[in-house]
Amino acid sequence: MKIHRADLHIHTLLSPCGDLSMSPANIVSAAVEKRLAIIGITDHNSTRQSDLVKKIAGEKGIFVLRGAEVTTREEVHCLAFFENHDTLKTFQEYLDAHLPDFRNDPLIFGDQVVVDENEDIIYIEEKLLVNATTVSIEELEKYVHENDGIFIPAHIDRMKNSIYSQLGFIPDDLNADALEVSRRSTPEKFAGIRPEIRRFNIVTNSDAHIPQQIGMVWNNLQIEKISFEEIKMALSGIEGRKIVAQ
Amino acid sequence: MKIAEIVSLLDLTVISGINGLNREITGGYVSDLLSDVIGNAKEGNIWITLQTHQNIMAVASLKDLSAVIIVKGSLPENDTIRKSNEENIPILSTEADTFTVAGMLYELLAKK
Repeated sequence: MKIHRADLHIHTLLSPCGDLSMSPANIVSAAVEKRLAIIGITDHNSTRQSDLVKKIAGEKGIFVLRGAEVTTREEVHCLAFFENHDTLKTFQEYLDAHLPDFRNDPLIFGDQVVVDENEDIIYIEEKLLVNATTVSIEELEKYVHENDGIFIPAHIDRMKNSIYSQLGFIPDDLNADALEVSRRSTPEKFAGIRPEIRRFNIVTNSDAHIPQQIGMVWNNLQIEKISFEEIKMALSGIEGRKIVAQ
Repeated sequence: MKIAEIVSLLDLTVISGINGLNREITGGYVSDLLSDVIGNAKEGNIWITLQTHQNIMAVASLKDLSAVIIVKGSLPENDTIRKSNEENIPILSTEADTFTVAGMLYELLAKK
């Protein structure tokens, strides 16, 4: 088995807080530069820019996990990834159905655009993407796993939009594939403060909003070959697939 | 003042935790961040929130709160109701929003 670098939490220019320089081409260039083999594209409550990232990344031999950073109704941020076109399409419909119809004001929150390969704008998202959806964290977890996805509560060390800030502690029966610690801490450091997280696998990602942040931290995944299933196995630590300490 | 009195004076609906209605309240706390409630709510407080997640009952129990008022007519999840009954900490519901119910509760307690 080989070890591959993975940064699983990257925003594109579609996220209002994502810099306009976060075009698919720029994201892929930065990933190449940082020698990442796997990147996760996780805009706030939308998957609409991830297809083009996958296409451009594919040409450079980089694997893209497609999904979103979902805001649950408790305002907990969670990464959700799906394997194929159909499950992603259904997931996008699920997000559209559960995101309130509140319009974005680009002057306040930033632009929410989807671009094509020429970096021309082909879609403007009118709904405010950083709003909370109406789904609870448990409903989201159930949905993701029913559709064979990957479910990772995001930046649990932050005191904003994290499981700890919003819900005080990790619910007993939470079925997460992994938990994410932000680049502001480290899995080891945070487990020192919250030893209960040791029962989960921990990933650390950049949560990049500008190209320079991509690959600032990453995970070494020991897998047989690069695929959605293998990555999922590594996150769960099964059959020799695992996250290897750096 | 007992929870039962507050229920009738503020016209709240008792969702669960009926055995806890004779608890005495020491004051109120308002927050939707459970981390904040853990840090700052006081024993015996009645807690006003819009959160319905089961963790609210664990926090209420941890901090020995007297009851939880859920605002804007939201209904707690089944696990939340179950824990409320187990802990005998009532969940009370109101159609009013947080500002309104907190204002009414504040007046009520100020008069005592």
